[in-house]
Amino acid sequence: MTQLLLEYLPIAVFLAVALAIALAMMIAPFIIAVRNPDPEKVSAYECGFDAFDDARMKFDVRFYLVCLLFIIFDLEIAFLFPWAAAFRDIGLFGFWSMIIFLAVLTIGFIYEWKKGALEWD
Amino acid sequence: MTLIAFFFYVFAVLCIASAAMVIIARNPVHAVLFLILAFFNAAGLFVLLGAEFLAMLLVIVYVGAVAVLFLFVVMMLDVDFAELKAGFIKNAPVGAVVGGIVLVELALLFIVHGFDLGTAGKLQAATPPIESGIANTEALGRLIYTKYVYFFQASGLILLVAMIGAIVLTLRHKEGVKRQSIAAQVARNPATAVEVVKVPSGSAIVPSSQGQNS
Repeated sequence: MTQLLLEYLPIAVFLAVALAIALAMMIAPFIIAVRNPDPEKVSAYECGFDAFDDARMKFDVRFYLVCLLFIIFDLEIAFLFPWAAAFRDIGLFGFWSMIIFLAVLTIGFIYEWKKGALEWD
Repeated sequence: MTLIAFFFYVFAVLCIASAAMVIIARNPVHAVLFLILAFFNAAGLFVLLGAEFLAMLLVIVYVGAVAVLFLFVVMMLDVDFAELKAGFIKNAPVGAVVGGIVLVELALLFIVHGFDLGTAGKLQAATPPIESGIANTEALGRLIYTKYVYFFQASGLILLVAMIGAIVLTLRHKEGVKRQSIAAQVARNPATAVEVVKVPSGSAIVPSSQGQNS
């Protein structure tokens, strides 16, 4: 148990280092940078125009389809992890059961491709 | 052990704080980003419990995919803040009643049973002890693909249905879109692309069909 957690300690160290660097870069300008604000300097710059409207506009629903298809393949790789970890023990049956699983999803992938879901228009 | 306790408190506090921020944050996009932070901290808690596969799934599926989906939904809705505020005042009593009922129920549960695990504790005692020395990813892998093969294949079929359903429900092709056909472009040569026409003086050119294979 403790041995397992010790293997994760490097990740915690990485996170701490990343946090320290990010915070340093965010806080340092407040302390050392010269600040001499001016309405023209602090206004949003959009190719010399005033901003036309809010940056948050409606997204195309087609992004949603791409995202849904991504989630499905994401779940598929979630099944691949334990398969790879236990590959030594599950034998030929386990191997072929995963191949059938992948074949079923490949049918879906071929359907998706032929249907044109990967095309934008 | 104290290090584990320290990490537990860090993850738990951050998880609860970011979950609270999901509700409090005014900007829905910020709320989703706090939700992602809550997922990360929950993954940390799972690692502390020794459930590394669940932690990995939380990061891959929830952070990687579901949170992105939420972000798309939030961006797809055209959120009008003034309208939202008006709706808030109108719906606040209903929300307060429902929230109050749930709060009273939870409070009653703790008053009646205390912090004793009760039935849940007995159920936990009934599960067989986990064989030590095997990572739980591997332990899962030994069972899913052989003993529970039918459930595994059924999950594959469910994913297939989800894929086909998503395509059938949301895919709309525009009519008359001109697509690029790279094979046709590469196959063009001067003989098929260029046509030399002798124009007799004083007459018009009638383009032949061969020159229009775009």
